[in-house]
Amino acid sequence: MLDFIARRLVAIIPVLAVVAVLVFLMLRLTPGDPAAVIAGDNATSDQIADIREKLGLNLPIWQQFGIWIGNMLQGNFGESFFFKKTVAELIAQRVEPTLALALCTLIFAVAISVPIGVAAAYKQGSAFDRSVMAFSVLGFSMPTFVIGYCLIYVFAIELGWLPVQGYVRIAVNFGQFFERMILPSITLSVGFIALIARITRASVLEVLNEDYIRTARAKGLSNRVVLMRHALRNAAVPIMTVIGLGIAILIGGAVVTESVYGLPGLGRLTVEAVLSRDFPTIQTVILLFSVVYVVINLLIDISYTLFDPRIRY
Amino acid sequence: MADKKPVLEVRNLTVALPSGADRAHAVEKVSFTVSPGEIVCLVGESGSGKSVIAFTVMGLLAKALKPTGGEILLEGENVLTASEQRLRELRCTRMSMIFQEPMTALNPVMTCGEQIDEVLRTHTKLDPGARRTKILGILKRVKLPEPERIYASYPHQLSGGQRQRIMIAMALVLDPVLLIADEPTTALDVTTQAEILKLIAELQTSQGTGVLFITHDFGVVAEIAHKVAVLRWGELVEMGPTEQILSRPQEGYTRMLISSVPSIVPAHRGVRLDKATVLRTEKLGKTYSGKSFFQKARTVKAAVDVDLDIRKGETLGIVGESGSGKSTVARCIARLIDPTEGKVYLGDTEIATISASRLRPHRRKVQIVFQDPYRSMNPRITIGESIIEGPMNFGLKRDEALARARRLMETVRLDPNSLDRYPHQFSGGQRQRICIARALAMEPELLIADEAVSALDVSVQKQVLELLDEIRVRLNLAVLFITHDLRVAAQICDYVAVMSQGRVVEYGAAEQVFGSPKHDYTKALFAAAPGRHWEFGKFAAA
Amino acid sequence: MSAIAPEDVAVDSASIAAASNKRRPLWQLAIRNPNVIFGGAILLIMVIIAACAPLLGAVDPTRIDPASRNKKPGTEITYRLDDGKTAKRTAIMGTDSLGRDVYSRVLYGTRVSLIVGVAVSICAIAIGMVIGLVSGYIRWADGIIMRFMDGLMAIPGILLAIALVSIWRSGLYTVILAIVVPDVPRVVRLVRSIVLSVREEPYVEGAISVGTPTWTLMFRHILPNTIAPLIVQATFIAAAAILAEAALSFLGIGIPPETPSWGNIMSEGRTLFRVFPHNILYPGIFLALTVLAINIMGDGLRDTLDPKMSKKV
Repeated sequence: MLDFIARRLVAIIPVLAVVAVLVFLMLRLTPGDPAAVIAGDNATSDQIADIREKLGLNLPIWQQFGIWIGNMLQGNFGESFFFKKTVAELIAQRVEPTLALALCTLIFAVAISVPIGVAAAYKQGSAFDRSVMAFSVLGFSMPTFVIGYCLIYVFAIELGWLPVQGYVRIAVNFGQFFERMILPSITLSVGFIALIARITRASVLEVLNEDYIRTARAKGLSNRVVLMRHALRNAAVPIMTVIGLGIAILIGGAVVTESVYGLPGLGRLTVEAVLSRDFPTIQTVILLFSVVYVVINLLIDISYTLFDPRIRY
Repeated sequence: MADKKPVLEVRNLTVALPSGADRAHAVEKVSFTVSPGEIVCLVGESGSGKSVIAFTVMGLLAKALKPTGGEILLEGENVLTASEQRLRELRCTRMSMIFQEPMTALNPVMTCGEQIDEVLRTHTKLDPGARRTKILGILKRVKLPEPERIYASYPHQLSGGQRQRIMIAMALVLDPVLLIADEPTTALDVTTQAEILKLIAELQTSQGTGVLFITHDFGVVAEIAHKVAVLRWGELVEMGPTEQILSRPQEGYTRMLISSVPSIVPAHRGVRLDKATVLRTEKLGKTYSGKSFFQKARTVKAAVDVDLDIRKGETLGIVGESGSGKSTVARCIARLIDPTEGKVYLGDTEIATISASRLRPHRRKVQIVFQDPYRSMNPRITIGESIIEGPMNFGLKRDEALARARRLMETVRLDPNSLDRYPHQFSGGQRQRICIARALAMEPELLIADEAVSALDVSVQKQVLELLDEIRVRLNLAVLFITHDLRVAAQICDYVAVMSQGRVVEYGAAEQVFGSPKHDYTKALFAAAPGRHWEFGKFAAA
Repeated sequence: MSAIAPEDVAVDSASIAAASNKRRPLWQLAIRNPNVIFGGAILLIMVIIAACAPLLGAVDPTRIDPASRNKKPGTEITYRLDDGKTAKRTAIMGTDSLGRDVYSRVLYGTRVSLIVGVAVSICAIAIGMVIGLVSGYIRWADGIIMRFMDGLMAIPGILLAIALVSIWRSGLYTVILAIVVPDVPRVVRLVRSIVLSVREEPYVEGAISVGTPTWTLMFRHILPNTIAPLIVQATFIAAAAILAEAALSFLGIGIPPETPSWGNIMSEGRTLFRVFPHNILYPGIFLALTVLAINIMGDGLRDTLDPKMSKKV
């Protein structure tokens, strides 16, 4: 078991290395002097020279990469000239809304989508099944920001049940925090629910065709027991996989959702950084999101061993 | 036996196929009975409806199939009209079923113990301790070693034979009156098959269980059946005691079917003449190594020190169970995979180690026919294109290649005008003939048949075997015949190599190997062949 | 397991006749599928709108008219023509905060979205197919390519696109390219997995043993197997690309704001959303409808062209 975890851990190293190289090269691909790009449009020539010195831009490129990755590993993400802060500070400030949004969405989406996916598979071909499938196509097709504005219009502006936009820190007032999380989480969930419900349905249907399901029925088990005890556990691995891969959609959606609802999170930060061409921040945010994504998928990989005794490779 | 009340009575059973199928009924007006302590075999080729009957009895029929007539009485109770609830109560208590694929029939994420326990929890009120005792008891009865360990094992930790024993234990733990066995040994190796057949027979004798045994294999029928029902296209052809059906069949179809079963006694072949050697292998070996950064390098020796030779006009058979390395050898010889040790001489040329470009001219000389007739031709191009592809690769003009293809279609007894058809328009047996034609189009010196008849029904198998033999004689071709089926090997091979765990354990003339096997493994293999005491096709005067 | 039970290959002689009648070319089945017809019809309407925008009463979508800013849908506005005369027309979708006609902008926006959808799917499929073929066929290249693709896939798609746009500065081509890059690894994986599995098919081995050269092998026996799945994949890529372009433009980092694209119209309408929701509503409807049509068509195509896959998803 430990051996398995160790092997999985080692397997993500090349992936992260490629990500690091890509993110590093990003800056080199921009036209112009990297130091000037980093310093931003209003920098003085002294500032630019200072940056050049710090990043070792006069050294060969592989040494530059060494310096850069070394800094990153030490948590020294550089300085944002636009925001006049270190990137680390900037991220620390912005992490809470994104984390809260992602967690609320994840919990809400999984709690809704897995049961409806299973129910749809169980009642394959029924009106319920067809409406789940129809919803899922619709969910894939609705742009997140359109959903967001529709919800704001109906529940915040017309009905006045919930605040329109903004964020309150969880430590300041939980009630206000919570009511400001409801609409963003629902908005971000739609696509996620569509995806997971669809995969859950398909996985359960596939498992229901397996020989051991026939064996279970031949034992005289009721349909409910066959579904819950035999089918669902075997369908768990593909469902978990897609939840993990869906995190990428969640991160992408968070960028848009935070903008719609005015949440001061990492997604908004990314957009602000791109608009102001603040490269140290862009690089760090992308690296951070990628590491989180890879690590979550690693954890999901490891969790397979709980569902399936065969996975011990 | 006959005076006892039957446990299963099937009367005039008709099962409809969905509209658009090739015929209206999967099963039509079939009647038979199974008495306590009796083993009734339903025999038939593919599409005969034998499995449909089994699933109908259990109430596990696919939704598309509907029983439309007749009745199925289990101890007098009609299961066709029983409620879903009642059917569930009957399953595993009165009637049980075991399936063809033990590898996939058990839930991979539950221990074997849990899976048997589920039966007891569903159908009895026993407390956990009593259940465990009962399960360990039944595991012992199906002769599984270390019942405690097996109880806690997951299916993937057990072999195919062991899994089938788990299935049998699960089926019989509540002493049902009827056991339905749907090709329970077809996916198993011959030695395992013999053990499982013996086990089923023992358990059913001691408990007086009635058994409905579905099979396509007359060897198994001869081994185990008390009564035989022959099915064809969903209809009952003939039924009677085993001895009567096997030696005095009344119907032409039954006679044809039984006489198609190859005899296990090798046909007498002429002595080896001093012909030219076509192929010779020298210490041929193939080792698979899974290199991994963290694990110790795992190596599997699929073939070790294989020395074989085949001469013109001769058939060499390689027989062995699954995993014995027989297919590996064939694929090494055809250079579909690269051998890791040893040499392969094609005539005087060594081909095991030469480069791909130098190999190409020699590719023509070795041709291979595969097992699965449904996957061995590109479904997107016509069979004509498939056949002429090879000759054209070697420079033949299109019209010459087509002329050759037409001749070859006649050779394999297919209509030359059907060259412009696609593979899906042909049956399995026909496709295998087309594959032979494609191989012959290359004018090879060696033809490799890798389980080429194993997927075919016995009557079709017979025709393809006869065709292969005829071609060998006519073209003076060397044939390497890979098979797991001893009967087939006995009929077609001049020489036989028996392989086990990657090694050739016995090698000699077929008559000699079959007549007086020397190696223990060969002896065990022959002893396990089902129905080996029966001479099929020698009918008594009716 | 050397034995194959006869039941597995149950269709024999009697069903040949039936089979030969049933088997129609796949594209014939596809164009009969109700989902394909329905989605295709909506899409056709969108294509007509894009092509014939000027004939449908659209005026210059970039024309700024300070006199008629922020008009609600249905308002009759007066505007000056180039020759100094004035004319009246009804702004059926209202105007934006610069007085531009939303109806015209939405109609012209159809062009941008369709171009992005088609261009991204063609580029992603073409690049992905070549790399996938190489990866599936050339052993030593496979390891390197796939590590690189894994790294690329570890960066959430929209973030990668955002990063690329920030490097290249915005514009239609950079947006297209930025959306193509994250899609490529997915196509590569698909093509590679098909190549790897088809390579093991006996008919490919058969072709090898009759001396078929590698190129013929690839184009005649292997490549055709990838076409149906790739067509299906292309539709889903197109749908996702249209959404991605809209999201980027909405965030203000996509196509330059003066270009009429649905994302830009919505981006422009954000600030005054409470009073004038039509700036988000109308392009939102068009966007969702177009993406929905493509997705419905994709589902239909998958059911007919790639039945194995349609069971899985």
